[in-house]
Amino acid sequence: MGVAIEVSDLNAWYGTNHTLQNISLKIPANHATALIGPSGCGKSTFVRCLNRMHETNPIARVTGTVRVGPTDIYAQSSPVEIRRRIGMVFQRPNPFPTMSIYDNVASGLRLNGYRNRKVLDEVVERSLQQAALWDEVKEDLKKKSGASLSGGQQQRLCIARALAVDPEVMLMDEPASALDPVSTAKIEDLIFQLKSQYTIVIVTHNMQQAARVAENTGFFLNGKLVEFDATHKIFTNPTDKRTEDYITGRFG
Amino acid sequence: MATTTMPPPRRARASNRFLRVVIDHLATVAAVGSTIVVMAPLIAIFGYLLFKGASSLNVAFFTQIPKPVGESGGGMANSIVGSGVLLAIASLMGVPIGIAGGIYIAEFGRNKRLANMVRFTADVLNGVPSIVMGIAIYTLLVAGKGYTALSGGVALGIMMIPTITRTTEEMLLMVPLNVREAALGLGVPNWRSVLSITLRTASPGVITGCMLAFARVAGETAPLLFTAFGNQYWSTSLTQPIAALPLQIFVYALSPYDEWHRLAWAGALVLIVLIVVSVALVRYVAGRGVLKGAS
Repeated sequence: MGVAIEVSDLNAWYGTNHTLQNISLKIPANHATALIGPSGCGKSTFVRCLNRMHETNPIARVTGTVRVGPTDIYAQSSPVEIRRRIGMVFQRPNPFPTMSIYDNVASGLRLNGYRNRKVLDEVVERSLQQAALWDEVKEDLKKKSGASLSGGQQQRLCIARALAVDPEVMLMDEPASALDPVSTAKIEDLIFQLKSQYTIVIVTHNMQQAARVAENTGFFLNGKLVEFDATHKIFTNPTDKRTEDYITGRFG
Repeated sequence: MATTTMPPPRRARASNRFLRVVIDHLATVAAVGSTIVVMAPLIAIFGYLLFKGASSLNVAFFTQIPKPVGESGGGMANSIVGSGVLLAIASLMGVPIGIAGGIYIAEFGRNKRLANMVRFTADVLNGVPSIVMGIAIYTLLVAGKGYTALSGGVALGIMMIPTITRTTEEMLLMVPLNVREAALGLGVPNWRSVLSITLRTASPGVITGCMLAFARVAGETAPLLFTAFGNQYWSTSLTQPIAALPLQIFVYALSPYDEWHRLAWAGALVLIVLIVVSVALVRYVAGRGVLKGAS
């Protein structure tokens, strides 16, 4: 089951560039939360702070607290530990090119030392089912490379790979921005089904997408969280003038 | 609305089109010509070796050891086995050390001084003439103790390291960041991700690097003169002098006897065929596991 995330006073830097400034918000469990805003506003950095991917960049720095469920992830957890609990799907599909479809999905468990074949078989099938990819690939699970699939299939493969380690939270950084409309629709359907079991945070440039999949939406601008509220409120009756300007297309 | 002045549409003139066709053909001819120039030396050498050496190849060449001066016949069986032993020692030493060095420079030592030193050392080592390598190993391992197969293998192994280290480094750096991030995002520890994901993704290039290094040292003669020394008799002992194909070719080619000259040509042919076969074999074995559509 998903858990809630509570962020308080989060600040992040790339070198001297202060990319996130005093972000505080509560992301509810088992809901989808969308983050919107113009390019470079810090929304990607924000989700990368939620699973400590931000710090893989040697010049990056972060302060503040992030609680995932009961755990303060910066004080009480290691990056490796927290990333096992929080799955991530990236903007560009990134299956492991030398691995088969099966091995891609099983990789999270295998690389953490899991070997039981029967369990792996089950997990691979369940994860691919959840990612709505099973029927398309079940014939050549071990024959084809993950890189041989189409872009949309690759992205669903990456979602299956993230689901296989049974995370509590799924972070999605513009998961459909490199995909065609049909694949995008599939990914959105998927998010809709997954949010009953996982807490989902999705970064998107597509405001219709945010409106379709997310209960709550946050609007980022220049490293600050301008507004965070129920999605329908953000899109129909925003409190802040800047949010209104952005969603009506007056800038950004 | 900003008004931009568009250039008037250029008319495609016949002469223009003619020029393009001519340039296209010139470029094609130049590319094909370069290909031929690249391949010509290899084909010429191989053809000449076949012409000179093939007639001296017989069963005895592969089963007998050299005959004493004055007796005809004999073969290079001991040299073929000896080269195998030397290259096995060299690979056992050079491949793991070379790959580990490359992994360190590319993955763990980024922007660290030690990594820059390792890279610089590898480049210098790559430029050390092979005869100097032979003398260095002679001083370290041979002088006062006698010529040994082991010292020859070590000399060749050290020569393999820089090539393997640098290609491993370059191949690892070519693995895209998003593949590494995918592994880290799954909660895989960094060392595990480097070995199981990054190195595995880079493995075709790393294998090519190892093969290049192997092929290069397989034909080396100079470092063996002071270390493995050569042997006219059967020996596979690591603590005794051992025969090697390049050494035997060297000795026979410089001799005054016509028969030995013919054997030297045959030996050169066998050496080049063995190198080509072993490289092809490794490629085949390594390529068998590659999946459909893997990039």
